[in-house]
Amino acid sequence: MALDKPYQDIPGTIIFDAEQSRRGYWLNQFCMSLMKAENRERFKADERAYLDEWAMTEEQKQAVLARDLNWCMRTGGNIYFLAKIGATDGKSFQYMAATMTGMTQEEYMQMMLSGGRSAEGNRYIGENGDAQAQNQPQGKSHSNKEA
Amino acid sequence: MARITASVFTSHVPAIGAAIDLGKTHEPYWQPLFKGYEPSKQWMKDNKPDVIFLVYNDHATAFSLDLIPTFAIGTAAEFNPADEGWGPRPVPKVVGHPELASHIAQSVIQDDFDLTIVNRMDVDHGLTVPLSLMCGQPDAWPCPVIPFAVNVVQYPVPSGRRCFNLGRAIRKAVESFDADLNVQIWGTGGMSHQLQGARAGLINREWDNAWLDRMIDDPEAAAATPHIDYVREAGSEGIELVMWLIARGAMADVPAFGAPEGAPVGPKPRLAHRFYHVPASNTAVGHAILENQG
Repeated sequence: MALDKPYQDIPGTIIFDAEQSRRGYWLNQFCMSLMKAENRERFKADERAYLDEWAMTEEQKQAVLARDLNWCMRTGGNIYFLAKIGATDGKSFQYMAATMTGMTQEEYMQMMLSGGRSAEGNRYIGENGDAQAQNQPQGKSHSNKEA
Repeated sequence: MARITASVFTSHVPAIGAAIDLGKTHEPYWQPLFKGYEPSKQWMKDNKPDVIFLVYNDHATAFSLDLIPTFAIGTAAEFNPADEGWGPRPVPKVVGHPELASHIAQSVIQDDFDLTIVNRMDVDHGLTVPLSLMCGQPDAWPCPVIPFAVNVVQYPVPSGRRCFNLGRAIRKAVESFDADLNVQIWGTGGMSHQLQGARAGLINREWDNAWLDRMIDDPEAAAATPHIDYVREAGSEGIELVMWLIARGAMADVPAFGAPEGAPVGPKPRLAHRFYHVPASNTAVGHAILENQG
């Protein structure tokens, strides 16, 4: 019998449950290894070679190499573990959060200073808030890439 | 006997710790937040406890995916601030209280709450940021601290109801400890925030404040909040608020664990301070101090 997962109808949100955790085990353990300075150095010296030491899927490795955190999460990554990649890159958490929405860090910071992202329209998939698929990515970071 | 005198509730945003450590508390971005904790620091000086029982969560620091304890109690003599990737925070080491911690573990396990007992563990910002907010930058923390880590990283996290009842059992455990100790219980994390995905940055001021009202005045009702409400209304990381219910359940106006039906309860706690601020980095900061009366 299927488990009750009422959180799957929330837009722009991947809940890190037991199934995602199983899928992402090696991806997250790779991230955990970046807590050690010597591992950060080895990863930075040759990212691909370091990733190949882990029993991750090819898709997980590509997602890490692309620094696409949403992609990482779809393949089982958890944000607290993934944040260690950002720390290795010398990026702030706000920068990482911004990249997940298509915003620049400045745009994201302004959104937070203005009271944060509203829950209006962002509670259920199918509404029309700014986190909905049809309105994402939402920021200049994305439009710059397309230009 | 030991007794719980007060509960403290606060967010534990890592950027707050960084702002304190880097001397940025007077910058315009941070000044309103730290102003809200000035009465709290004074309150701590006026109400110094003998032990703090500090409920927090580990953020992929001490616990990787190798071990995911739902409830973990620190029974060690001391705990070092963890290196979370930027070097350890320049804060004092945390001195534990192994005797009281072990006593609580034995008591609540006998009351059917299966704790993981941890004799070696580093503590991350979840534990040290609340200490910094309440105590400033002392050379040593004012008293021993018992770290109590709750899994809120991998879903499902424990329910609000279970956390609330665990708080009741912790109070019973504290009150059966023979030494005459003044114990505070702190619940940390929250309030609304989401750190992941296209919905990152979610803040829900109205929901947070309504939940805080309930947590203070009608904690049974707050404890009945289903998981999905936290996630949908307060963001995927807003679910950290279940940890506040452990502290709230340990207060005197809640029936003690195992007390017979209709047994008298203590008076409502006094609200010594309440504060709310948006934003601290990605998060809505909530804070309250409740004192047991008499």
